[in-house]
Amino acid sequence: MSDIRHHIPEPLLLAYASGNLPHAYAVVVAAHISVCDQCRAASEGHSIVGGQVMEDTAPQAVSEDMKSRLMAMLDGPDPLPPTPRAKGLYPAPVAELFSGEQPKWKGLGMGVKQSILSQNDSGSVRLLYIPGGRAMPHHGHNGLELTLVLQGAFSDETGRFQRGDVELGLPEMEHTPIAEAGPDCICLAATDARLKFNSLIPRLMQPFLNI
Amino acid sequence: MLAVRDQRDKAAFAALFDHYAPRLKGFIMRSGSTAAEAEEIVQDVMLAVWHKAAQFDPHQSQVSGWVYRIARNRQIDIKRKENRPVPEEIKQPETTEADGSQIVALEQEAERLRTAIAGLKPAQREVIEKAYLGELTHQEIQEETGLPLGTIKSRIRLGLEKLRHDLKSMRET
Repeated sequence: MSDIRHHIPEPLLLAYASGNLPHAYAVVVAAHISVCDQCRAASEGHSIVGGQVMEDTAPQAVSEDMKSRLMAMLDGPDPLPPTPRAKGLYPAPVAELFSGEQPKWKGLGMGVKQSILSQNDSGSVRLLYIPGGRAMPHHGHNGLELTLVLQGAFSDETGRFQRGDVELGLPEMEHTPIAEAGPDCICLAATDARLKFNSLIPRLMQPFLNI
Repeated sequence: MLAVRDQRDKAAFAALFDHYAPRLKGFIMRSGSTAAEAEEIVQDVMLAVWHKAAQFDPHQSQVSGWVYRIARNRQIDIKRKENRPVPEEIKQPETTEADGSQIVALEQEAERLRTAIAGLKPAQREVIEKAYLGELTHQEIQEETGLPLGTIKSRIRLGLEKLRHDLKSMRET
């Protein structure tokens, strides 16, 4: 756990704590915090500031009815859904996005596989499976891409990333991640826009692959 | 809060309610909910405070920060109709000895932060409020807030280390 070198940048932690991060990115941040105590502490720090802002807010009277209704509910069962649990190498916020013990993979060719966990107008979050030693297609992106390594490791022009590490892909950045030889690399990746592939074939296939 | 967690003390819970419910309601209404919606969220949040009390750890959290986190989660679940992703909880050991000095030190750091926020110029303060009310998008939050968060983070980190240590020794015995 102490081996994590690449963390969530501070502005994203604050956006997450205040609830203003699109869902796809929030999944990556919550998954990283699940395995990184440094960012868990930073996130808790932001909650404490948020709590302070809440304490300073002008109070609004609540109805007595609601209070008595609530007090009467205390002996009842907990109506909230149970806290999700991790499944193997998948931290709880990732694991709750697929049913069963393993995600459902779809082959993209050359042994590379993906599993789309969630996709909507604000972005998408997916798992990528890259066999050890293989490269991901060379790509840039339109928006921010957040990638969290769950198994194995990869390297690209900006550094080496292993379990728990987060890579921040900025729009102007073009990179070619290569999975290290050894255990196959599994990553969680969130984007707010479609990836831009430079070579023709992946570009033509993009609408079909949904990446 | 600890009386609620350890003794399941309803009178203590009622006192927590009297303090937090009106502030929560004001806070939730400021971020765009109607009074009726806000009451419903306050009810859900306070019920979660009661049922999740076992997860509250004073070595790494402050009550108001913990309540803030639950409230933001609930508000987003309702507003966006999606399940907000939350980090895995660290399992709390069944028996653990409280480390008073850690709890007091974290309290002192929170107090220093409070003073720092109170000492901000009105314009800066407004930025902080907007940020933590969730009114700024992640693209808008580019700069550091200027609040001295470094020391409180190290302090919370110590609280987490204590928890990890307690869990480890529990597994070993």
